[in-house]
Amino acid sequence: MTLTTTATPSAPTNKLGFTKQDYVGSKSTLCAGCGHDSITAQIINAAFESNIEGYRVAKYSGIGCSSKTPAYFLNQGWGFNSVHGRMPSIATGASLANRNLINIGVSGDGDSMSIGMGQFVHAVRRNIPMIYIIEDNGVYGLTKGQFSATADQGSHLKNGAVNDLPPIDPCTLAIELGCGFVARCFSGNPKQLNTILKAAFAYKGTVVLDIISPCVTFNNHDASTRSYKHVKDHDFPLHDLGFIQYSEVEDVEIPAGQTEVVTFPDGSKVAIKAIHEDYDPTDRFGAMKAIHESMAKGEFLTGLLYINPTHPPLPEVLNLVDEPLASLGESQLKPSAAVLDEIMQSLM
Amino acid sequence: MTASLAALAPTGGAKTRINDFSIQVATVNGSGSQTANSVLLRAIFQMGVLVSGKNLFPSNIAGLPTWFTIRASAKGYVARKASNEILILMNPETAKEDIANADAKALVIYDEPLQLDKLRDDLTFIPVPFQKLVTASCPEPKLHKLVKNMIYVGVASRLLGVDMEEVKKAIAKQLKSKAKAVEINQNAAIAGYDWAMENLPDQDHVKVVRDNKTQGLIIVDGNEACALGALFAGVTVVGWYPITPASSLVETFIEYAEEYRKDPKTGKSTVAIVQMEDELASAGVVLSAGWAGARAMTSTSGPGISLMSEFIGMGYYVEAPGVFFNVARTGPSTGLPTRTQQADVELCAKCSHGDTQHINLYPGTMEECFQFAYDAFDLAERFQTPIFVVTDLDLGMQNWSSKPFDYPAKPYDRGKVLNQQQLAQVQDWGRYKDVDDDGICYRSLPGTPGGKGAYFTRGSGHNAYAQYSEKPEDYVATVDRLKKKFETAKSHVPGPVFRNLGSAKGVLAFGSSDPAVIEAQDLLAQSGLKTDYLRLRALPFTAEIDAFVMEKKVVYLVEQNRDGQMANLFRETYPEHATKFKSVLHYDGYAIDAKCIVDQITAFEQK
Repeated sequence: MTLTTTATPSAPTNKLGFTKQDYVGSKSTLCAGCGHDSITAQIINAAFESNIEGYRVAKYSGIGCSSKTPAYFLNQGWGFNSVHGRMPSIATGASLANRNLINIGVSGDGDSMSIGMGQFVHAVRRNIPMIYIIEDNGVYGLTKGQFSATADQGSHLKNGAVNDLPPIDPCTLAIELGCGFVARCFSGNPKQLNTILKAAFAYKGTVVLDIISPCVTFNNHDASTRSYKHVKDHDFPLHDLGFIQYSEVEDVEIPAGQTEVVTFPDGSKVAIKAIHEDYDPTDRFGAMKAIHESMAKGEFLTGLLYINPTHPPLPEVLNLVDEPLASLGESQLKPSAAVLDEIMQSLM
Repeated sequence: MTASLAALAPTGGAKTRINDFSIQVATVNGSGSQTANSVLLRAIFQMGVLVSGKNLFPSNIAGLPTWFTIRASAKGYVARKASNEILILMNPETAKEDIANADAKALVIYDEPLQLDKLRDDLTFIPVPFQKLVTASCPEPKLHKLVKNMIYVGVASRLLGVDMEEVKKAIAKQLKSKAKAVEINQNAAIAGYDWAMENLPDQDHVKVVRDNKTQGLIIVDGNEACALGALFAGVTVVGWYPITPASSLVETFIEYAEEYRKDPKTGKSTVAIVQMEDELASAGVVLSAGWAGARAMTSTSGPGISLMSEFIGMGYYVEAPGVFFNVARTGPSTGLPTRTQQADVELCAKCSHGDTQHINLYPGTMEECFQFAYDAFDLAERFQTPIFVVTDLDLGMQNWSSKPFDYPAKPYDRGKVLNQQQLAQVQDWGRYKDVDDDGICYRSLPGTPGGKGAYFTRGSGHNAYAQYSEKPEDYVATVDRLKKKFETAKSHVPGPVFRNLGSAKGVLAFGSSDPAVIEAQDLLAQSGLKTDYLRLRALPFTAEIDAFVMEKKVVYLVEQNRDGQMANLFRETYPEHATKFKSVLHYDGYAIDAKCIVDQITAFEQK
């Protein structure tokens, strides 16, 4: 974990004087080609480009493949890989203790939509200041491929089991709960993901970001229609640090309003639609309608689906002092002897 | 005067129980009886007599039977007494059963229409026309139900010789600034008092005589005492979920925080209080807030601890501080939610899967509830681990008289936290390096600038540098160091309190059993059995406890659970002395009383 920066002199720096390498983490231990690694790469890019002060970042996760990823980015920040489905309460406590932290939670569809549904719902309702990323692949990867609650009805496992139940959609759920920033992305569309992540860093409350991220191992049971697997050589030299970034799914850039059918390694085809240019993300009911219409057509509508810039986050609702609670000292916290005396008198 | 009342005739004082009796009041839950009972208790307290009150209430908002016992003791015994000298029966549902269970010669004040006086001939019956009296004294019919109970306060006060002025003062205190309510209730009490004056003879069987034993004392419950401890300890994050009997701890804290933790100018608060969706989430908030440098707490009871177990194990393993109040109730499962027990001893000692050992504090008095709540935050930050403060419903929700709390002058101990400057000087930073060889490592807080000190906290296997590790040697090093840390705690937790009468026979108890044990110890001594009493106040066991166990021939271990859970911990810790521990148990949901201790110890002695 004592990763030192080995930027070449020519490495570009951001306004804080950091190179992109200053935003990386440890080497990923996920399967080669995992969509989650593409997301990690975009978190690094967006944090670099947004001039994020790494020491202010706190990264939280639960349990699962996705929950391992906070170790793979932003080593300057503190990480907390907690227990299954309980990342939201970890983010809640830390964000209340120190309101200066920049909070990033990474979860998966199993971690958030099944075991952690209760905490997801309430964290969104409380508007915890955090970017809540759901790396959504429809399966439990780390326990070797069981269905999650976001799996499509009728989809099937390696062993032939069919999912009979309808999926839960994190985006419409988040909008219903009053979330002020809801977006869906596709891990194979780095440009869109990067843009949304940068917007998310600028937002004060809970950002729910559902990122469709294919599992290359447990959806890989058929002959892949997309047989090539190549290492994409991106424009920053992260693989020098042991970070291998490539995707089994070729990167796409979907023009606004267009639909692209993406074939996943298992041969399944997923229609990803980018929102129209005239889409109004401040219209809550319109957003719900657009998402439902898109789902009815079997598409994933991607982009910034809903935003409410004025939704106050929990520390504001609680009217906390400006200074982080964790920094308050005894002189600010301990009432005087006269106060105790006054209380004792009232109990006599 | 009825035949029964004739039994009240003065005896000449030879057998008068002065300031030494127990009253049991049977009412219907939600009928306002709590106010009336508190007033009666406070009025006797104001007469300078030591009293304790125990509310035996149902898990219900209104309608089910509830009992309240008030014990007055000139000798200062405040445990529940198994027998009652006076019964006040207001509940038609339970009246017959209450009569059947009454102790011989008890005085029975009851609602006249219940016609109880034919049920037994060894009791003294005092029928009171409550409805008539309340109708005459209170002009608002809709308040009759609530005010009716205040009439028995008046009747009992007259009967016992409690000064009516003290009753009026107690009503004013209890109802604070609600002037109209004070007036209505005072009138009702006076109506009862005046009726008793006219209709009941003087008696000298049971009397309250003015004393000076309560000068300067306060009346408080343990939940309020703990809330105050947390207030003075500077708690900054509270995540909680309502549960009987723990809710009032946080609710009282909220009231105090409103007053003392808000900037009067900006209205901004120095504490974040969040009612979470469940106890699981509460535990997550506490441990992550502690991880981020806040002083954090929650208050819960057994079912909540069960839910929190996963997080508490994580807190132990990742070494995150947090204070967990467990106001224990009767389990398992929902159990008896409004009754008391000490049956979470083993749960809190080892909460979580895997090998875990937790620091537990067991306050036994109101002053200790305050002090240990205060100390728990220091211990949490010093040892970077969850700390349990284990009380129970009896301590937490019942009325106790106490000396006023001493101001906790000891400065906060924020533990081993490295700031930016200190981190800059550290050559080889490792979050879990045991630099001082005491098992306690140095930590850094998220958000510390300077580019040094960041680390990755994980509930999975890790090495001294907080890196993921599945290596056997790393795992063993971590869990062995945690054990060493627990050893270090022995010199930081509160040691035991002794009450030695000079004997090789020991009595060992903890928490709310204390008053009953003291009384039992005196009763046993009177019948020729001297004992040395050790009151345990914390886990891990300290050196004084080692010595006590070594030197005693037998240790009667008094606790309020079925399985002798504390005795199990002792047998495990001192296996070579395992046969010394004899369990004295009480677990029916009511607070322990002296008689059951005396009976069980006497039976052991006769074996």
